[in-house]
Amino acid sequence: MADRMSIVLFSGTVDKLLAASILATGAAAMDMDVEIFLTTWGIEAFRKGAYKTNTRVSKDFEEYGSVMRELMAAKKAPTWWENLLGAREIGDVHIAACSMTLELFGLTLNDLESVVDEVTGVATFMERAKDSKVTLFI
Amino acid sequence: MSTQVHADQFIDAKGQMCPMPILTLKKAWKDVAVGQIVAIAATDQGAKRDIPTWAEVMGATVLEMTEEQGVLTFYLQKVA
Repeated sequence: MADRMSIVLFSGTVDKLLAASILATGAAAMDMDVEIFLTTWGIEAFRKGAYKTNTRVSKDFEEYGSVMRELMAAKKAPTWWENLLGAREIGDVHIAACSMTLELFGLTLNDLESVVDEVTGVATFMERAKDSKVTLFI
Repeated sequence: MSTQVHADQFIDAKGQMCPMPILTLKKAWKDVAVGQIVAIAATDQGAKRDIPTWAEVMGATVLEMTEEQGVLTFYLQKVA
């Protein structure tokens, strides 16, 4: 069985989404399975079309947000969304959405981008995370 | 620096930032036959360590690495 990396993706800001997407790509490139559990603001980032308009960055560094965007465009750095699609193309990247957050926000799987595979609760994530070689909360 | 190694495929990953060089490499790798050699040129500062590490994990042999004006070129052979 392939090694696995599990990520709880709690954040919805592009700086943290970028970090998560790069880690997912790296793991997939090294033949690791990737399990991503979207919860809270992570759900918000995966609402249909949200990746096109999301420019939020972490509050602590929000004054650098526009500079970061300009640098990424100038240096043609792939966006977190492009990285994620790339990771799914090369590897087994499974994305689950937190049922509790969906309920809270009044959403269903249909409101999220099609890269999200299913809706699960915390138990399913734990079952998949417990044997992971790498587990992260982002 | 010139090389004597003949590559069956050349990947130009110059200008690509992490994680694109290994993403590009992994995409290409599935169509590489055992015994074939892939050359990849990269300018990402992390590539010097990342590409040999990727090769080790994936069971590829680094036959040669050249460095010329900030461009690293690795010659990787698929062994399994």
